[in-house]
Amino acid sequence: MTNAASPSVYPVTKDEAPEQERILAVIVDNEPGVLSRVVGMISSRGYNIESLTVAEIDVEKHQSRITIVTRGTPMKIEQIKAQLGRLVPVRRVIDVSMEQDALTRELALVKISSTGEHRVEAMRLADIFRARALDTTHQSFVFEVTGARDKINAFIDLLKPLGLIEVSRTGVLSIRRGGESDLTL
Amino acid sequence: MATKTKPTAKTQTMQAAKAGAELLLDALEEQGVEVIFGYPGGAVLPIYDALHQRDTIRHVLVRHEQGAVHAAEGYARSTGKVGVVLVTSGPGATNAVTGLADALLDSIPLVCITGQVARPLIGTDAFQECDTIGITRACTKHNYLVGSADELSAVAHEAFHVARNGRPGPVLIDIPKDVQFESAVYVTRENARQRNCIVTPPINNASIEHAVEMMRHARRPIFYTGGGVINAGAGASETLRELARATGIPVTSTLMGLGAYPAADPQWLGMLGMHGSFEANNAMHDCDLMIAVGARFDDRVTGRLDSFSPNSRKVHIDIDPSSINKIVKVDLPIIGDAGEILKALLAEWKSRPAVKDPAMARISEWWAQINEWRKRDSFAFENCDKFIKPQHAIQRLYELTRGHDVYVTTEVGQHQMWAAQHFPLEDPNRWMTSGGLGTMGYGLPAAVGVQIAHPDALVIDIAGDASVQMTMQEMATATQFNLPIKIFILNNEYLGMVRQWQELLHDRRYSHSYSESLPDFVKLAEAFGGVGLVAEKPDELDDKIMEMINVDKPVIFDCRVTAEENVFPMIPSGAAHNQMLFGEVTGKEVSEEGRTLV
Repeated sequence: MTNAASPSVYPVTKDEAPEQERILAVIVDNEPGVLSRVVGMISSRGYNIESLTVAEIDVEKHQSRITIVTRGTPMKIEQIKAQLGRLVPVRRVIDVSMEQDALTRELALVKISSTGEHRVEAMRLADIFRARALDTTHQSFVFEVTGARDKINAFIDLLKPLGLIEVSRTGVLSIRRGGESDLTL
Repeated sequence: MATKTKPTAKTQTMQAAKAGAELLLDALEEQGVEVIFGYPGGAVLPIYDALHQRDTIRHVLVRHEQGAVHAAEGYARSTGKVGVVLVTSGPGATNAVTGLADALLDSIPLVCITGQVARPLIGTDAFQECDTIGITRACTKHNYLVGSADELSAVAHEAFHVARNGRPGPVLIDIPKDVQFESAVYVTRENARQRNCIVTPPINNASIEHAVEMMRHARRPIFYTGGGVINAGAGASETLRELARATGIPVTSTLMGLGAYPAADPQWLGMLGMHGSFEANNAMHDCDLMIAVGARFDDRVTGRLDSFSPNSRKVHIDIDPSSINKIVKVDLPIIGDAGEILKALLAEWKSRPAVKDPAMARISEWWAQINEWRKRDSFAFENCDKFIKPQHAIQRLYELTRGHDVYVTTEVGQHQMWAAQHFPLEDPNRWMTSGGLGTMGYGLPAAVGVQIAHPDALVIDIAGDASVQMTMQEMATATQFNLPIKIFILNNEYLGMVRQWQELLHDRRYSHSYSESLPDFVKLAEAFGGVGLVAEKPDELDDKIMEMINVDKPVIFDCRVTAEENVFPMIPSGAAHNQMLFGEVTGKEVSEEGRTLV
């Protein structure tokens, strides 16, 4: 029996399961304050947000889709889902990572500043990643790249030694493959 | 636009447009609201004006907005109805925050209406403006800023739906002053927009069968019940009793669940947790099947988590899916209303053929063990004939009020734990206490709310000298509304629980836990128009308590008790259920081993 730890009455027990990255899509009524409700709940309970994307998806029904990339142990992720489900304007919580047939995409704008061989190599990599050059000067490129989160992470990592100076990312979007819709399920 | 009508009866046509303030009151009436606890101010004047012109809803004027919310909590908890609060913008709303947070943690259904500055002024730092929605987002189940009078009635109806259904909680409606004047047509509850929110799923029959199967095979089962059983209504408590009797399973409960199971019943083990009984905590630790009903594995209940009931399978019945696996991983979650699920379990249990060896034989060893633990008599204390022991005072209070229609509220601290230990309760909705948030100052205004709901009952606030001063102003409310609440102060001149922890955890460095100056509670009672009583010796206690009971006025009872009494038993911090401290019963100090556990 170890009694060392803290003098706090709150027993400290670590949830030792490995953390994983999970994508959650949350369909909400687009009413004032809904985003702060979702974000406030997540931050007040100490959960992580790695990316968050939100836009209205149905003007008539006033519905928005919030896509959240979060990290946590499986128990914590279940908590996040249950807590999200409890919010009044939340209509549905979709655990995208648990769906076999989910498509996920992210768009990034990446700026590099370099000359010479680095420029050529960057262009070559852009080609491999199917990135488009949106803007170019003699010293710089701005690339646009879309793909799964991992692909964008890889592209950014590869560009780092080639003069990467700025990144802007949209955060992850997701949708189900095939004829079924998450909104009607 | 139709002309503004000032209805005095409910006969007006539903089509007529009227002011937002009237729409709100129409909605409250339709929702069955009989009482509002409130405090007027600039931003709610139109609502107060409308209230002035109808006699269908009673208004109780409190002396501080926190008191309004606690009073509404007392009202809600003792009746099972939704409590309603009406306060103004700015300070009115911020003063209500403590009460809202309290109601959120203890799952009390409330609707709190706040005034807001007129729409064009929002965001301009106007007089008495605050971001009520932002401030209360984290301490309400949901909140609304009403954008126009058109949506007001629908919002009000949804607010009651959200407050009442699922796991109950406080809901706030923030209404800008110009919306209260704006005209619109009333929308009835039936016709109002209904969103698919706070829906309780149907009972999963497979889970019920599975749970009953586990109950039929368990050798050391226990029911661990919480406030959810009380929130589920009187029927749930009744079913719990039937199910416990049918199965022979012992029952323990959280602080919030006291009264759901009768304390006089032989299957009752007493409250569990930090200051719970020896038998309840040991049974929780050693059981092989734990059936949690409407309880949420609070840290004051579980103690050290990694040695919490290590060898049991756990069934968790809760209406709130986010309670499942939040703190303790369970084997079988069942989502739904505690009453409905208990009923389903009882039906399933009865439908099965009797187990070969009768249930009682299967768990007889378990009962033998429990009775062994009971012999420890863990709530025992050494009485004294010179000074009043706080535990003795509560026992006398209990004995002398038996036979009365008693409701008990408490503040927070040592007296609260002694009340839980020594004031046995037989029925639900009789015990109002601040469990989750631990709000000192809860009990007095809660007693006001209870007495409003039950004018002829004997409502007692078991209080501490420190807590009661936090909301003492509500004595004026009690006097104004002729509420004969009894404030029974266990006066030890200390912030008792703080002092106890300083003794046990901080080497008796009593940092700022002694009240060097206390008011004369007798004079204070008289100043408020009530009656003050004081008891200093054990032999005068009974007479004074009888006097208190017989006075038909608010009473402040200053019961001078021994100052350095500690609440035992106690599960110290970082310890498990089977590592309780007893302290004073043996007359010894806390053992070295005990000290290291703290």
